Amino acid sequence: MNGAHDLGGMHGFGPVVPEPDEPVFHAAWERRAFALTLAMGGWRRWNLDMSRSAREQMPPAEYLSTSYYEHWLYGLERLLVEHGFVSPGELAQRGPGERPGAPVALKDGALGSEGVPHLLRNRRAARRDDPVPQQFQVGQAVAVKNLHPAGHTRMPRYVRGRRGVVAIAHGVFVFPDTHAAGSGTKPQHVYSVRFAARELWGPDASGQDSVYVDLWDDYLEVAS
Amino acid sequence: MSEHHDDHDPPHGGDHPIDDPDHAPLTDIQLRVRALESLLTEKGLVDPAALDALIDTYETQIGPRNGAQVVAMAWTDPAFKQRLLADATETLAELGFIGRQGEDMVVLENTAAVHNLVVCTLCSCYPWPVLGLPPVWYKSAPFRSRAVIDPRGVLRDFGVELPEDVEVRVWDSTAELRYLVLPRRPVGTDGMTADELATLVTRDAMIGTAVVRSPEPSR
Repeated sequence: MNGAHDLGGMHGFGPVVPEPDEPVFHAAWERRAFALTLAMGGWRRWNLDMSRSAREQMPPAEYLSTSYYEHWLYGLERLLVEHGFVSPGELAQRGPGERPGAPVALKDGALGSEGVPHLLRNRRAARRDDPVPQQFQVGQAVAVKNLHPAGHTRMPRYVRGRRGVVAIAHGVFVFPDTHAAGSGTKPQHVYSVRFAARELWGPDASGQDSVYVDLWDDYLEVAS
Repeated sequence: MSEHHDDHDPPHGGDHPIDDPDHAPLTDIQLRVRALESLLTEKGLVDPAALDALIDTYETQIGPRNGAQVVAMAWTDPAFKQRLLADATETLAELGFIGRQGEDMVVLENTAAVHNLVVCTLCSCYPWPVLGLPPVWYKSAPFRSRAVIDPRGVLRDFGVELPEDVEVRVWDSTAELRYLVLPRRPVGTDGMTADELATLVTRDAMIGTAVVRSPEPSR
């Protein structure tokens, strides 16, 4: 979707301001929101593309005025309701941060602390072994299709319609557009495509600089 | 439902000194997260001890020291560097630096002619096993918007001025590949061990927004 999350190339956000000796988390709620997201992800009712897609549903003005872990919290609440873990009423009627009552037996499938190392040692995410043909070769000139899907996509706006050269072929991965929609993994090849800075940003860009973007077969066509 | 306005501790996890100072009112977002954790705990869907373990992992175990160790090894062991550049995923896995948000790794070598810079314009993808969780600036709109259109300006925000003839390559992490920059080894480090070198390597240098500085001369 052409959302506020697709930030590449926008102006007006000001300088990057690094924080010296920055802590991993800046507030206790950030810690808990982070951990709740990973723990609920452990139920495997949704995939990473669905998580990203849920965060992208935040209205644009709100997205740009809130922090990273607020995006995560928004996405988590949305997925919890969509997948029936909680009702909208339960979220709306929640009290002002009450403690849980008596300890509750953990349901089968919930992440226990002993399962944490296994969850984080994950070695396989989106890569697949499917023998799908590779559509493009390293060194080949390609163009990004001019597509504007209303759903989740990993094709940033700033490369659509632009021409580049395949720099690295990374192998076969699930396709985020369909994976986020729950309509299949549609495995296909992913490439790092090199775009000259001037192809993306015009003659004022540096002549030797470039941007590499990871793109799937379905986003690309042979450059005419 | 009982209310505990007087209670400033999160539901679980004990000591959280970085906010919830004594007697400060809880903000909306603190209340919202606490209520959500309570709700999910009462339903038996999450184990607060597992949340504590997840947090502890990224606060104390997985961070940029992992990546710094890799960089120092690459600077001191040519065979390791060669394997790292050829197959980062397997080479890092041998060191145990593998896992969530680092399942498929690529290492990018900075040279006298090429400077690499990593961004994720669409969210904030970042190589967790080698660098930990990303800093706020990496997740911020200023960095995500400008890194691809004005990388040299972003580098100047970090105090880095690259010569015009150096080629800047920006890598936008739009897929599930995760990128680690192998910075240039600074001059004046010839006799140093890998452990000593690792102390010089900063997180930002492994993202590409900094260069590794030579050690201060000892007096």
